[in-house]
Amino acid sequence: MKLLSGNEAIARGAWEAGVKVATAYPGTPSTEILENIARHYPEIYVEWAPNEKVALEVGIGASLGGARTLVVMKHVGVNVAADPLVTLAYTGVNAGLVLVSADDPGMHSSQNEQDNRFYARFAQIPLFEPADSREAKDFLRIAFEVSEAFDIPVMLRTSTRVAHSKSLVREEEPVTPLKRPYQKDFAKYVMVPANARNRHRALEDRREKLRALAEQTPVNRVDEGDRRVGIITSGISYCYVKEVFPWASVLKLGLSHPFPAGLVRTFAGRVENLFVVEELEPFLEEQVAAAGIAVRGKDLIPRTGELTPAVIARALQQDPSVAAVAREHGTAFPTEPEDQPLPLRPPVLCPGCPHRGLFYVLNKLKLNVMGDIGCYTLGGLPPLSAMDTCICMGAGVGMAHGMAKADPESAAKTVAVIGDSTFVHSGITGLIDIVYNRGVSTVIIADNRTTAMTGHQDHPGTGWTARREPTRALDFVKLARAIGVSRVSVVDPADLAATRRAISRALKAPAPAVVVASRPCVLLARPAPNPVPTDPGACKGCKLCLGLGCPALSLPDKRIEINPHLCVGCGLCTQVCRHGAIGKAGGSDA
Amino acid sequence: MRDVTGILIAGVGGQGIILAGKLAAQAAILGGMDVKTSEIHGMAQRGGSVVTHVRFGPKVFAPVIDSGGADFLLAFEKLEGLRNLKFLRPGGTVILNDQVIEPLPVLLGKATYPADVVEQIGARFPLLVINALAEAEGCGDTRTANVVLLGALAHRLPFPRSVWEEALRAVVPARFLELNRRAFARGFEIAASKQPRLRQK
Repeated sequence: MKLLSGNEAIARGAWEAGVKVATAYPGTPSTEILENIARHYPEIYVEWAPNEKVALEVGIGASLGGARTLVVMKHVGVNVAADPLVTLAYTGVNAGLVLVSADDPGMHSSQNEQDNRFYARFAQIPLFEPADSREAKDFLRIAFEVSEAFDIPVMLRTSTRVAHSKSLVREEEPVTPLKRPYQKDFAKYVMVPANARNRHRALEDRREKLRALAEQTPVNRVDEGDRRVGIITSGISYCYVKEVFPWASVLKLGLSHPFPAGLVRTFAGRVENLFVVEELEPFLEEQVAAAGIAVRGKDLIPRTGELTPAVIARALQQDPSVAAVAREHGTAFPTEPEDQPLPLRPPVLCPGCPHRGLFYVLNKLKLNVMGDIGCYTLGGLPPLSAMDTCICMGAGVGMAHGMAKADPESAAKTVAVIGDSTFVHSGITGLIDIVYNRGVSTVIIADNRTTAMTGHQDHPGTGWTARREPTRALDFVKLARAIGVSRVSVVDPADLAATRRAISRALKAPAPAVVVASRPCVLLARPAPNPVPTDPGACKGCKLCLGLGCPALSLPDKRIEINPHLCVGCGLCTQVCRHGAIGKAGGSDA
Repeated sequence: MRDVTGILIAGVGGQGIILAGKLAAQAAILGGMDVKTSEIHGMAQRGGSVVTHVRFGPKVFAPVIDSGGADFLLAFEKLEGLRNLKFLRPGGTVILNDQVIEPLPVLLGKATYPADVVEQIGARFPLLVINALAEAEGCGDTRTANVVLLGALAHRLPFPRSVWEEALRAVVPARFLELNRRAFARGFEIAASKQPRLRQK
């Protein structure tokens, strides 16, 4: 037995299931799945795709080509991949295809907490919801069998507490799937209306066969218990329910779509009071209610944020029948202690982060900044406070253009800021739109040569593949020129004056402009501490340097102090200080 | 469930919390326990507050510890120790690294770092304070502060030294093993010499 995270278990499970191709775009909490496959299982071809849509399309091709295929993304990534996904349900697959959707209830590292179980229902594909690492691995193998047996893509949905929790897993030998050479099939794979109509009917047919499977599969099972309280649950919520109500009767759904109405009806008939415990949306509860079965759920349980055992206990305690039975079983209902008011510790840009210089300049220029998703979103927090919006990957580029169309005068004080990986993901089409539709917006590519937020994955701009093979790097300058942007400049964001000049110049011209603010993420090189020298006597306590929001810098007793363990000598504060209190770091070319 | 032991490890991104969690979990496995752990990656890590949950026992369901559910709080930083105190059950033990890492609001002068962390915690829970950075430096490398703290925790857990030895071998890269062994032994020794005032579990 080995202690594996849900993501490590899925990587292992892919190898055991005979997966030959795995594709993904990084996104918390899904990222380590592809990283682990790349690190441990050389038999599997892996790639970071430019975005989730491409990842799925590559996956579809691989499936048709005869390889069991794993496609991995975070919940919002499925929005990007939804277009191929929904039609893929019509065509079906050749070799098995499983899409992992890693949801993020509580939004530990996401812009929303959408419940992707609805995607399975929307696309009419089977949905597996593992509760821990062992199930993540076991369900993945079953998911591939189901995918091939029912000719359909399958969704394996995890959440942060499955993906990033560790539990014991028994490692097994890999299977060798049957060979499935590609066969042309116009009626199955070419979704022109005449064929698509037939395939839609075929999908209805497959869904009912899958419903029959969900009624009798052992991954949907009952834990017998006190019949006065019956709980239907799935995924991580099962673990919480067992923690607080180990005595209850539980129907655990591992294959939760198509909805096994018969199984639910039988369970409901055997228990006195029925509840559904699920995180986020009433996905199961509404289907139970629609089947005409009396049930309680979201009238007690929060619909936002993560559940915990205590949250579930407190929620169900409101129901008198649960409260009475729980008392008999000696269940404790802890009250939530009040948080002591303490200084917060928000995430911050690292000392030496190349984004800091860029956002300092944007703040000083008092611009409207249409932002995007990455480490640099932290540039919106005080004291930098230089990002106005964050919607989704790539949104800022289109938004800057739209704002300029709404108010042409605003174009001179509005920029889009987008990271290098995010620009490749979905910023390029927005830039094409600006040029095509006679826009004048300025797009700043915060190019730190990596996908930093998710832990430094390569992307088409870095010149390296997921397995660190050298490859041709996308050249942002040439790309922007080819799109038709005539004003393209490259600047080092560690040079505040030059960055300010480049952005001001770009804004002045009534034409589309791209500024590539290029400097590698400081964590790529992990430089040793190299503190800048200070002259506290020269410090006037003006606090200008605090505007950088650098965790290595403070003014205790109103005089500059540099944390010698944190400072890497990037020299931004040297440039900001007007009193000569901060020198240049020795031996640094920064 | 009362037969499950919960350890909450709290600190600041970059302090080696994940490795400490791995070692505790590995020791529990070698001790024949069921184990679950949980941690948070991504945006939270960039210098923000970080916690790892470790739970072990005959059978563990939830990977997370609720308020009032931890037997031990291993705090790598004083403010984070205070912040996570609510996770401890009454009578739970705090092992506190005597280190201050000021968060940005404090560096900016917008908030004040609490002055009396040790007193506040000590008034409510059995407390063992260790200057882990200094101890780690004494062992040869400040980066082993996490293992010094873990060694102190190990003294309070029901696993023999041989299990910890094996856990270190399983988790720590060979070239750092000797260094980490020293750090672990130092933490263990400190905990052995300083029994907390209140009764232990």
